[in-house]
Amino acid sequence: MKAFRYLNGLVCPLDRANVDTDAIIPKQFLKSIKRSGFGPFLFDEWRYADHGEPDMDCTQRPLRQDFVLNLPRYKGAQVLLARDNFGCGSSREHAPWAIEDYGFQVVIAPSFADIFFGNCYKNGILPIVLPGATVDKLFAECVATEGYRLSVDLESQTVVAPSGSPSLSTFRCIASTAC
Amino acid sequence: MAGKTLYDKLWESHVVREESDGTCLLYIDRHLMHEVTSPQAFEGLRLAGRRAWRSSSIVANPDHNTPTDDWDKGIKDPISRLQVETLDANIKEFGALVYFPFKHANQGIIHVIGPENGTTLPGMTVVCGDSHTSTHGAFGALAHGIGTSEVEHVLATQTLVTKRAKSMLVKVDGQLGNSITAKDVALAVIGRIGTAGGTGYAIEFGGAAIRGLSIEGRMTLCNMAIEAGARAGLVAPDEKTVEYLKGRQFAPKGTDWEKAVAYWATLKSDPDARFDAVVELDAGVIEPQVTWGTSPEQVLSVHGHVPNPANEPDLQKRGGIELALKYMGLAADTPISEIRVDKVFIGSCANSRIEDLRAAAKVVEGRKKAVSVKLVLVVPGSGVVKRQAEAEGLDRVFVEAGFEWREPGCSMCLAMNADRLEPGERCASTSNRNFEGRQGSGGRTHLVSPQMAAAAAIAGHFVDVRTAF
Ligand code: SF4
Repeated sequence: MKAFRYLNGLVCPLDRANVDTDAIIPKQFLKSIKRSGFGPFLFDEWRYADHGEPDMDCTQRPLRQDFVLNLPRYKGAQVLLARDNFGCGSSREHAPWAIEDYGFQVVIAPSFADIFFGNCYKNGILPIVLPGATVDKLFAECVATEGYRLSVDLESQTVVAPSGSPSLSTFRCIASTAC
Repeated sequence: MAGKTLYDKLWESHVVREESDGTCLLYIDRHLMHEVTSPQAFEGLRLAGRRAWRSSSIVANPDHNTPTDDWDKGIKDPISRLQVETLDANIKEFGALVYFPFKHANQGIIHVIGPENGTTLPGMTVVCGDSHTSTHGAFGALAHGIGTSEVEHVLATQTLVTKRAKSMLVKVDGQLGNSITAKDVALAVIGRIGTAGGTGYAIEFGGAAIRGLSIEGRMTLCNMAIEAGARAGLVAPDEKTVEYLKGRQFAPKGTDWEKAVAYWATLKSDPDARFDAVVELDAGVIEPQVTWGTSPEQVLSVHGHVPNPANEPDLQKRGGIELALKYMGLAADTPISEIRVDKVFIGSCANSRIEDLRAAAKVVEGRKKAVSVKLVLVVPGSGVVKRQAEAEGLDRVFVEAGFEWREPGCSMCLAMNADRLEPGERCASTSNRNFEGRQGSGGRTHLVSPQMAAAAAIAGHFVDVRTAF
């Protein structure tokens, strides 16, 4: 877990709603009894052209070139931009473990599923809820601008888009979610 | 002052401490566990040198990784086997009230087992590192899924740090039609409010049609509350609940029973209770439901047609429909009844209890599965369900129809064991999730009731079970 107060990170846009935790980390990887090493299998079915199994060496696997995480321009992204109801489905904490292990520290979406949202806070991932219209704008800017980065200031609880851009947004940290 | 909801009552009776920002410490009565989400929690406990605070609250068994055939050969996959053995070792070290190891006569899906032996009771708080813990809300227990860090927290302290949810009443009045099940109600509700419709809420199900459901039907309904985004589903206990629990192994006995029953009678929303949201449905118009897409909200009546993205003005939604159709290998406007299936799965914590199997067997009796259907798996929810079904001869009905009668477990609900769909295969399934890859990488899932699954197995495609045969 990497702590941060201020983060300026490359943004990767994942443009689909209702991304479930089965998609974030498929079931075969849940057989592990450890809590690390899930990053290479993040979004496994969307990311690789072959079928993934635990303990595979992912560096040799064929990539799906059209999946956003595989595009060179998003390599090293730390901010995942997502759509409504991100993280729905299974309560598996392996989902935030995989997201964190991959290198994301922030996920921005118009809404999150409850259990996933709570699990993020336990694992050093900041889930940020922004209004749908703001997220739409961030998607548009991110896709249009190579190297698009957002700044997240935890103390002031603000997300700041690149200078000149109007999409400055405040968010609220909610330490724990409703049950 | 307005009255209290059932949720308020359950919540308030378990709050240990409340912070000014609303964060609460909630006492946990029952802790259910399975092998997938617990190893890291036990490891955390061990590293911190802690013991389990109240191991007598723990009810556990492996279910996700266990095979459903050839039990004498053990668990072939070494990684699955290690996870199951890790649970064995952890329970041995930390203790439990109930533990059914792999191959135990009562082993099964954890959400079937708790109600079955009376370790789930009205008025309890119940947690499990599993989102379908919502199932136990059928008894008027506050039950919800938690993450592995929280599993560790509950193990160590018997409490959960959480916040109060908003309350939603889903009121289903009127009478359900013939062969319309709790599964159809659940899917119809999700179709109405969407998979995020219940996010942030605890949903109480009420109304005449809900009171008319059996306890098992209420479990199916609450099981699916999480698919509507709500962590908890609730049905107020009534005389059916009392009847169901009476004499179960861990249900209270003697004067404790009398006291418990009197207490349970108070567990209902006051007539003047205020809900943050109310959704009303007419039971009479609910038809057999079939999902067509990759989210439980993508659902239609069996008489519907797969949607056409061109008719969807919202671009974001249109994209979602296009993605789902592509994954599901379906053309726009296809009638649901023309969708052919390769496999059928009757099982999972949504629909693997005795009433589900009886209902499916009734459709199947004297018929054979369609030649085009490659495999029909019937997987009872527990050893107890399995024995009951066999005593009633249901297994023979299934086997004579060409179905496979298996050992209990999660099986092809999530395909962590060997039961799975191959890429491109299409399945009518009584489980609760139709996500991409859920039943096997590239597999295509259509969620239905047990009756509808059985009918699809016979016909080879979806049919209206009320009129098909
Ligand atoms: S049957 Fe399916 S939904 Fe239920 S606990 Fe098992 S894997 Fe989860």
